[in-house]
Amino acid sequence: MDLLVLEQVRKHYGSQQVLRGIDLAVAEHHVTCLIGASGSGKSTLLRCINLLETVDDGVIWLDGRDISDPRVDADEVRRRVGMVFQAFNLFPHRSVLDNVTLGPQRSLKQSTSVAEATALELLDRFGLADKASAYPDSLSGGQQQRVAVVRAIAMAPRLLLLDEITSALDPLLVAEVLDVIAELKREGMTILMATHEMHFAQEVADRVVFIDNGQVVEQGPAADVLDHPRDERTVRFLTRHLGR
Amino acid sequence: MADWTQSDRQTARLDYRRRRTRRRAAVAGVSTVAVIGLLALAAVTAPGWHRVQVTYFDLAYGREVLPGLAAAFVLNVKLFVVAEILILAVALVVALVRVIPSPAIAPLKLLAVVYTDIFRGVPTLLVIFLVCFGLPALQLQGVPTDIFWLGTIALTLSYGAYVAEVIRSGIASVHPSQWAAGRSLGLTYPQTMRHVVLPQALRRVVPPLINDFVSLQKDTALVSSAGLVEILREANINASRDFNFTPYVVAAAFFIAITVPLARLADWLALRQVRREQGAE
Ligand SMILES: Nc1ncnc2c1ncn2[C@@H]1O[C@H](COP(=O)(O)OP(=O)(O)O)[C@@H](O)[C@H]1O
Ligand SMILES: [Mg+2]
Repeated sequence: MDLLVLEQVRKHYGSQQVLRGIDLAVAEHHVTCLIGASGSGKSTLLRCINLLETVDDGVIWLDGRDISDPRVDADEVRRRVGMVFQAFNLFPHRSVLDNVTLGPQRSLKQSTSVAEATALELLDRFGLADKASAYPDSLSGGQQQRVAVVRAIAMAPRLLLLDEITSALDPLLVAEVLDVIAELKREGMTILMATHEMHFAQEVADRVVFIDNGQVVEQGPAADVLDHPRDERTVRFLTRHLGR
Repeated sequence: MADWTQSDRQTARLDYRRRRTRRRAAVAGVSTVAVIGLLALAAVTAPGWHRVQVTYFDLAYGREVLPGLAAAFVLNVKLFVVAEILILAVALVVALVRVIPSPAIAPLKLLAVVYTDIFRGVPTLLVIFLVCFGLPALQLQGVPTDIFWLGTIALTLSYGAYVAEVIRSGIASVHPSQWAAGRSLGLTYPQTMRHVVLPQALRRVVPPLINDFVSLQKDTALVSSAGLVEILREANINASRDFNFTPYVVAAAFFIAITVPLARLADWLALRQVRREQGAE
């Protein structure tokens, strides 16, 4: 069952075509990795799905509903779609716990006690229990991104969008964040993520989508795309990023 | 810490640093006292000192006018506190109206722009004249005729425009990703503004706001020119009756007693913010 389906999605900034007819399907409980050179349109695509940008053409279906319809309540959609960015995710004026409970309390209208109990349980599960009362500036980059992921899943989203969440991190800290993603996959979360971590994609992704210049060049099971790329552009990209 | 005893070398280092700090403080203290003492001596022994003392620093006379000036200064403080609260409220509303991207409030936005443009451009004294003399002359219903409230309105109008711009720049300085992060948690625009962006913006503008309030504190004296008997007016009455400027000096001391701590507070907050943003805390 496909949770998310994109049909011929287009987006341009001024005269620049950034997304040029994207077709994409994300199955429930799958991890789908978006790969592609910097500037190919991965972030724009994710921001369109989260309705932070409005598409210029095409349809985005979430759970069988057209969310690109202007009559759709964007806040309601965002409650069901979690997103974590490359950096600047956390609210610096709130403690870790208050970062995690803000969405459930204000947006899902949970009571403080319910929101805090859920948050503490999640923080504990991802090894962040002792950081609950800390402020973001006292955390390492890896811890900050883990908190950002916890904050997103505290909303119990149907779909999680991750935009290169490890690319601002020290290489040593990348693994601890990717472990969290692997754990979420085991729990059955549906994830669409832009990443430069090819080895992670090889191990964890169900599907890989290669984007070049705003178009899907190749997509399929991770093993097919990464190990037996057919398009010459994919081959060139992978040669550079996998060191083969 | 029980498993670690400080090495003798470290003890010696700490001792040395402590002694050095004390020595430096002593040098600073002695040289400051020496310089100020010399300056004071130079002033007191200068040929015109006696005349200066009699006109500006007449201690006995100063003591005599002090209670009257203190009583009048209470009015300045009241003016300052009431105006400050109103200014913050007005400025916050104006800043938000200018920032919120809702087409429904377009006429309000236009009003807010016109308001800030006009009242930042017009001298505060002129606004005081217009409000304190002009408003009562209109004889409108519901407009206060009390000079205190007219003065408060004038100061609020004038400073509200400045402070609105300070708050607006604070909102603009919050990283756009914070908006995206808030909205992607399903928070609405007003919720993101209230719980994510505004708290950060206000924290950032506290030091510049305090500076604005330092100058508001001084400008309460401007209302004297509309006839309010606050401290400057009171000093003026005394000085022109007794041909002695000491009341002005006493009045100045009252202002300084309030503005200096405010200024230090602003410095301290700004410093703390720099440290925090550099991650030193
Ligand atoms: N808000 C924007 N305004 C104008 N151009 C943009 C904007 N966001 C992205 N772009 C452009 O769109 C292209 C794709 O960017 P992006 O989606 O960030 O790529 P990626 O995430 O794959 O690196 C780039 O050429 C970028 O300059
Ligand atoms: Mg990107």
